[in-house]
Amino acid sequence: MAKATAQTADGVPAFYVTEEEHAHPGGSTMLGFWLYLMSDCLVFAVLFATYGVLGRNYAAGPSGADLFDLKLVAVNTAMLLFSSITYGFAMLAMDKGRQAAVQGWLAVTALFGLAFLGIELYEFAHLIHEGATPMRSAFLSSFFTLVGTHGLHVTFGLIWLAVLMTQVSKHGLIAANRRRLMCLSMFWHFLDVVWIGVFTFVYLMGVLK
Amino acid sequence: MTSYPDWWKLIFGRFTLEAIPYHEPILIATFAAVLLGGLALVALISRFKLWGYLWHEWFTSVDHKKIGIMYMILGVIMLLRGFADALMMRGQQAIAFAGNEGYLPPHHYDQIFTAHGVIMIFFVAMPFVTGLMNYVVPLQIGARDVAFPFLNNFSFWMTVGGAVLVMASLFIGEFAKVGWLAYPPLSGAAYSPGVGMDYYLWALQIAGIGTTLSGVNLIATIVKMRAPGMDLMKMPIFTWTSLCTNVLIVATFPILAATLALLTLDRYVGTNFFTNDLGGNPMMYVNLIWIWGHPEVYILILPLFGVYSEVASTFCGKRLFGYASMVYATVVITILSYLVWLHHFFTMGSGASVNSFFGITTMIISIPTGAKIFNWLFTMYRGRIRFELPMMWLLAFMITFVIGGMTGVMLAVPPADFVLHNSLFLIAHFHNVIIGGVVFGVFAGIAYWFPKAFGFKLDPFWGHLSFWFWVIGFYVAFMPLYILGLMGVTRRLSRFEDPSLQIWFVIAAFGAVLIALGILCFLIQIGVSILRREQLRDTTGDPWDGRTLEWSTSSPPPAYNFAFTPIAHDLDAWADMKKRGYQRPLTGYRPIHMPRNTGAGLIIAGLATICGFALIWYIWWLAALSFVSVIAAVIIHTFNYDRDFHIPADEVVQAEDARTQLLGRA
Amino acid sequence: MSQNHAEVHDNHQGGHDSHGAAHGSLRGYVTGFLLSVVLTAIPFWLVMNDVLANSTLTAIVIMLFAAVQIVVHMVYFLHMSGRSEGGWTMMALIFTIIIVAIALTGSLWVMFHLNANMMPDLHKM
Repeated sequence: MAKATAQTADGVPAFYVTEEEHAHPGGSTMLGFWLYLMSDCLVFAVLFATYGVLGRNYAAGPSGADLFDLKLVAVNTAMLLFSSITYGFAMLAMDKGRQAAVQGWLAVTALFGLAFLGIELYEFAHLIHEGATPMRSAFLSSFFTLVGTHGLHVTFGLIWLAVLMTQVSKHGLIAANRRRLMCLSMFWHFLDVVWIGVFTFVYLMGVLK
Repeated sequence: MTSYPDWWKLIFGRFTLEAIPYHEPILIATFAAVLLGGLALVALISRFKLWGYLWHEWFTSVDHKKIGIMYMILGVIMLLRGFADALMMRGQQAIAFAGNEGYLPPHHYDQIFTAHGVIMIFFVAMPFVTGLMNYVVPLQIGARDVAFPFLNNFSFWMTVGGAVLVMASLFIGEFAKVGWLAYPPLSGAAYSPGVGMDYYLWALQIAGIGTTLSGVNLIATIVKMRAPGMDLMKMPIFTWTSLCTNVLIVATFPILAATLALLTLDRYVGTNFFTNDLGGNPMMYVNLIWIWGHPEVYILILPLFGVYSEVASTFCGKRLFGYASMVYATVVITILSYLVWLHHFFTMGSGASVNSFFGITTMIISIPTGAKIFNWLFTMYRGRIRFELPMMWLLAFMITFVIGGMTGVMLAVPPADFVLHNSLFLIAHFHNVIIGGVVFGVFAGIAYWFPKAFGFKLDPFWGHLSFWFWVIGFYVAFMPLYILGLMGVTRRLSRFEDPSLQIWFVIAAFGAVLIALGILCFLIQIGVSILRREQLRDTTGDPWDGRTLEWSTSSPPPAYNFAFTPIAHDLDAWADMKKRGYQRPLTGYRPIHMPRNTGAGLIIAGLATICGFALIWYIWWLAALSFVSVIAAVIIHTFNYDRDFHIPADEVVQAEDARTQLLGRA
Repeated sequence: MSQNHAEVHDNHQGGHDSHGAAHGSLRGYVTGFLLSVVLTAIPFWLVMNDVLANSTLTAIVIMLFAAVQIVVHMVYFLHMSGRSEGGWTMMALIFTIIIVAIALTGSLWVMFHLNANMMPDLHKM
């Protein structure tokens, strides 16, 4: 800011930047990605609102209390929570520049993510097998869509994770890769935040009453 | 209908040869005209060997200026299509009385009014608004490009992809017959089984992704890339309104995407969100779509408020009156626009308490808007007004928009709305604000910034002609609709019984013809201006004695916009620089760091469009293939780390020396 | 405002990969994790063992736990603070929370009234 008020010799203020300007590719990436996440928040807001409005319309079919297995949900929640902290460890390793540790923690994160997805798919398959399909009632439509959209995000997160691990092994922890890892970190933790809403609003409250 | 063998269905999905509307003479004539026109265009481009130029300089360009211009061209092309729909509707309604069926069968008429609305909002108004913001914002804040140049290119091509799907529906299959917001259950699988609704869904979904990303891009640009010294309260007002618009885009288009996705699931998977049975609730769709839909109208109008403000201060030769109040009004509108959505469905029956709440919030939102009108009036007061074309549009806007605003407040009163809902009064109202606000503003913006973009002014004679045709045409076309609405005539009717109404429809149709002449004069204006470009040439870069930074660089600006990043000391940075004796630097140029062009955006968006087309026609193998290709193309693109380059210093020297000579001659 | 801009600008000039966003520390992540475990376990325990008997009360309590846990995740995992990116991430977050709140409560309120007025038999189903 100093130069913004600087004056040239004859008392006229400086109207342009004269010194060398540094190239700063990706300077807006973190903010831009955050804005994207905020927009994603609104996608989930619609799905939550839809679940809130339609979530008790069972159409004489099964209700949440009939269907949900809270032990399974608890295990699933644990998977996601573990994956969050292991991603955190990957970021700490990145700060120290330890590439092998980064890759290791990312791999562990991916395993937890896969476990989460596996359990969710098992749950879905089980429900559908019992006749509780997304077509059965508005409650099930909104349940499958909300939880499934979250799962789809986790799937894309895993694909992204695999791509990033390849890129880190290819180019190392260069600035661009660090930036990408930080974006994925935000994405991953964001999904965890959404999951807090899902297990509270859908599963736990669905079992009540 | 002949039955097709299984292998055909496997390869072509539900596409059949009957889907080509060769039995509709209107469509065949249109198709022939489009085909011939297209062939002529291709021939011309090939004849002058322009393919390489177009590809390298335009299609793959990440330059915000070129992308902005391409958005404007898209808007003009789609305006012609959307307006052709309007003329057809006006023609049909003017003759279809007392037993006369008119020339449009109902299934065709219903597609036309749906297409008209969808095209005018999503593929005319949105590209115009995005195009203006894309072109002007980086220049106004002293930046060299947007924050994410590749994303900008990609967003543009996604918007084109959506437009292509809508256009394709004209000749392959059909378009939706459900009105522009596609309320279920009519838009559900049971009542709209054809491809029309699916064209609608996938076109909007694809274009919507582009719009959302472009919103993210421009917010990041405005927040992070302003010239040193440009605090928030020193930002040009157009940049302010753009910021608020893009905030609205990022905060509402995901809602549209999610809502349409739920309807898509209802249609494709058989879920029960908006169906009438198994617990579904169609009213929820109406609720959700308007949570997007109301902010959307502010997305359209806010940037034009910015244009009018720039025009007012430039052509009155003084600082905008009440800059701070203008900024606060814009921010207040941004927030309030989320609290009024229910006024679009007062009549659905949510009861007195809910209706009163939304009626009152709707009336409140007219206060900041009214404040803006006074700010423009007071800017004109004791100003040295130059009645150039942009200023004329501003004046027409102020009169027209106030009328539209007042009818809007009438509609905001729930009891009055119960009478006027879904009538032609409503149609007249929103055309009043969209044409009087958005379209006039776009023309003001085009006339104002055209010399910046191309280096010569637009021809004033044809411009004024276009202006008068538009303004008079608007009043002749839409005032009768207010009257008809008060008489109780509802919208979307293709034939009428009562012959006493006919005269009003004939007048309205005449108005539409006047507007058509206005559009024609606009196109002639562009052509004449190109032919007369030497007489209209602007060598100064500042033809209007402008006040903001975009006028400090050459017209058209070099690829890098500014050889040296400007420093802002005042709200009207360029006016301040001129007043305080700014000397353009002539030496000391350095290499400039710029993003590199890439075809990835076009390729990914093209694949997404193919995926959309395949999903519309149930061509599952193609849908899967193109979806996987989209993912693969995105991943491959991320492996490209070499995304920027330096414009060498001697190239900068050459460009700037050329400008020095030009300025010397002037 | 100008101070705000100075920060943005400084990031813009000096930012290589930090961009003003803290990466957190081991202590931060572990604290966040432990808090999350506790804040997740209690609601599950409350519901699975039917501890509070009154389901409305349980619903309110677990919603509060969820709200607290979201804040914990925001602070310890997403490193939200008023300072990152010159305050713009926080601004975006607050705006989003307002919009989400409007969309959620608005939809529930509007749809409750619509259902009550237009589909009086719905809840007998």
